[in-house]
Amino acid sequence: MKMNILIERRIIFTVLFIAVALPLIFPIGWKTEVSGYTQMVYDLIESTPDGKVGIISFDYDPSTMTELQPMGEAMIEHAFKRNQKVILTALWPMGVQMAEQALETVLKEYPDKKRGVDYVNLGYKVGGMVTIQAMGRSLSEVFPTDSRNTPYSEIPMLDGITRLRDIAWISSLSSGVPGLKEWMMVARDSHDVPVTGGCTAVSAPGFFPYVNEQRQLTGLLGGLKAASEYETLLGRLGSATAKMDSQSIAHLLILVFIALGNIKAYTTKRRKG
Amino acid sequence: MQKYLLFFFIIIFSSSLSANIFEANDSPWDDGKAIDLRWELSPMVQQVVISRYVSDDNWIPVHSSTEAIGSFTDTGLEANTEYQYRLNATFSDDSLVLLTSAMPSEQWFYMGKLGFLLILLLVCLAILYYIHAAHHGKEFFIRHIAGLDSMEESIGRATEKGKPILYVPGISDLDDIQTIASLTILSHLAERCAEYNTDIIVPCRFSMVLSAAREVVKEAYMKAGKPDAYKSDNIFYLTDDQFGFVAGIDGIMLREQPAANFFMGSFYAESLILAETGFSTGAIQTAGTAQAHQLPFFVVTCDYTLIGEELFAASAYLSRDPQQLGSLRGHDFGKALVILLIIVGVILEILGISNLKEFIAGAIT
Amino acid sequence: MKKSLPLIFAFLVGFVVLLSEFIPHRPFNQIVSTLEGWFMIISGFAILLGQISLIRMNTYKIIHKVPNWQYNLAGLISFALMLSFGLLWGMRETPGILGHGEGITAWLGLKPFDYLFENAYLPLSATLFSLLAFFIASAAYRAFIIRGLESNLLMITAIIVIIGRTSIGTMLTGWLPESLSFWHIPNLADYIMEFPNTAAQRAILISAGLGIVGSSLRIILGIERTYLGGGK
Repeated sequence: MKMNILIERRIIFTVLFIAVALPLIFPIGWKTEVSGYTQMVYDLIESTPDGKVGIISFDYDPSTMTELQPMGEAMIEHAFKRNQKVILTALWPMGVQMAEQALETVLKEYPDKKRGVDYVNLGYKVGGMVTIQAMGRSLSEVFPTDSRNTPYSEIPMLDGITRLRDIAWISSLSSGVPGLKEWMMVARDSHDVPVTGGCTAVSAPGFFPYVNEQRQLTGLLGGLKAASEYETLLGRLGSATAKMDSQSIAHLLILVFIALGNIKAYTTKRRKG
Repeated sequence: MQKYLLFFFIIIFSSSLSANIFEANDSPWDDGKAIDLRWELSPMVQQVVISRYVSDDNWIPVHSSTEAIGSFTDTGLEANTEYQYRLNATFSDDSLVLLTSAMPSEQWFYMGKLGFLLILLLVCLAILYYIHAAHHGKEFFIRHIAGLDSMEESIGRATEKGKPILYVPGISDLDDIQTIASLTILSHLAERCAEYNTDIIVPCRFSMVLSAAREVVKEAYMKAGKPDAYKSDNIFYLTDDQFGFVAGIDGIMLREQPAANFFMGSFYAESLILAETGFSTGAIQTAGTAQAHQLPFFVVTCDYTLIGEELFAASAYLSRDPQQLGSLRGHDFGKALVILLIIVGVILEILGISNLKEFIAGAIT
Repeated sequence: MKKSLPLIFAFLVGFVVLLSEFIPHRPFNQIVSTLEGWFMIISGFAILLGQISLIRMNTYKIIHKVPNWQYNLAGLISFALMLSFGLLWGMRETPGILGHGEGITAWLGLKPFDYLFENAYLPLSATLFSLLAFFIASAAYRAFIIRGLESNLLMITAIIVIIGRTSIGTMLTGWLPESLSFWHIPNLADYIMEFPNTAAQRAILISAGLGIVGSSLRIILGIERTYLGGGK
């Protein structure tokens, strides 16, 4: 039976849809192993002393939240757990909402944490890399107020934090430009602040070269699996862990498709030759 | 005996006290916004607090430590301003106050970037030399780039079918050099489209790219002698939203069914969604990006792919301008230099000599 | 003059920004700081340019009833709705022109802007990204075909990385003793990503970097001017 490529695509899509949906409804509970890249990210925050201030930049929009939002939640929780303070910011307009949503989720577990004292959302700023360069000179000039219009000087946790060099670590959760690469080029290379972060699984191979001896990136969270690994390290049963079963099944199914594709190619070749 | 012991202890204690050092110095090779503070105290110290004088007897703490010997860099200062520092050391039964001051000043060179500067100078000089040589008539060979040669085929197909060409200049703003490289390709493509009376659709993610793309296409139509055929509405802004932009382009591909799709510039997670949708419409697809991690997706789904530097060489390749071709020879010199540095670096590291690595890495440490 | 002024500006700005990378002294840092400010201001205003283009293009298509004009109408209505809800009642804690809109918020459970964001924009965006999984499956089905030695190697590598990135990889070879841990599939996948993949990525990155240096130099020197529209 000869099938049109478009019909083949539809069959593939349908089977994949079922394979991804079933484990979400009936979780299997497979465990994941922590990779070196995730461990590095975890260690960076873990080894930062109490009271220090870190930045988490939400450089994505709702489209990639499936992969990146669990990372944001886990990192905020980790910082809170270690009694560190976090500045949330965004180089993407919708990142502000993503940051607020992540905060809301984590604050359910940490109701005693206070806005302005333990965390602050400085909001979105246009300009990408140029904005980060300007933050290297003065944070208050780039963000005169936070997302709720509180003046920078009236936010207690920002007392003594004038520019990027006063920050202990920066994490960019990034699905494109501007994002992790821009933070690394400016904050790490020019201002010597440790930069880490997360990206979608399809972009991760492009960032691995920067996790090197020079520590251009201190570890990397690549996709949902890394988010689930981070949750494992935190001892948190988050959304990434719940979704990993689906991803594992989808990967297996892709292997089956590859095998089928090869069988098809082989039979076509035999028929012709 | 007890007297001697007591005397010995007093000598040791007083010598350790006299060794108390608290120094402030301007941070070297910087923009004059930092002061390096260094202290050496008796090992019996329990707490060290360093404060900076602000005004009217007001000192703000800038650092605290429990180490007897340590250093700290106070940042965010004003250049050419005198700063006073106070160190409060707490011992089990005593306390100590030390004062010092320093003035941060701007230097004329970031010494750490010397290695970076030298490599950049060498590459730039090589590029300039070859541009100069080309200007004086020297001819340079450039290999065939299938992705760019296919441009004629794509335009031909579109003209035959009476369908438009879709050109996506990436998802980056104008501050990304890939977008600028993409606009130079767009200029050549638009000129050919104008000659063949084929429509070219250019959706943009950023307004700055939109205005630049409009200017580029308009000039290309004027250069082809068909300014009236230029349709400004074919170059339009879709949305800043990454996947909203993808949805918009996918919609265009499915509704307008362009005969050829060009994806040139910076692409991220959306590359496969764009190229697979284009594949399903049966269009000839050409992609080009320096985002190495998206190349596999383009290679799988597109007919032609410009890999990395080919995107930047496109302008020289298409214009055949000798000066631009000359600059490509300069890139080759840069590659040879990098290969040489890698080989020498590996040999030196094996021999346990790290000077070269540290010299080059200075810019990012 | 129309072309030479931008070229002179590009040369001066490019040269000063390049110098400031190596010279921390005044006036270079101040000039660059001012230029960055200008860029941010222009970027802010450029957003307006995009909105104007969006309205113009869609209105034109609706007025001229081009095929599928209904989509353009839907786009414009969505744009107008989000814009007016955001302006009138704001979002989350930020008030709008009419304040926080307690009445409508009580009715919807959220502010109108947030309601649309959470219930329309968010699932639509996430759905689009999730298409990636389907497209990866169909692309893999077509791409990983054994044709020769290289494609064989490519497929074996792909299989190791695909399994290594799942929980199944952990289960399959988790029983291996410590001395053979290198052959544990997740470790093998990490090795492939860390060494062969990174080596290839770096090679492309370095050559692309050199391309960027060359292109930037051509732009600063005015040899490359097609981005301004037209050639020489």
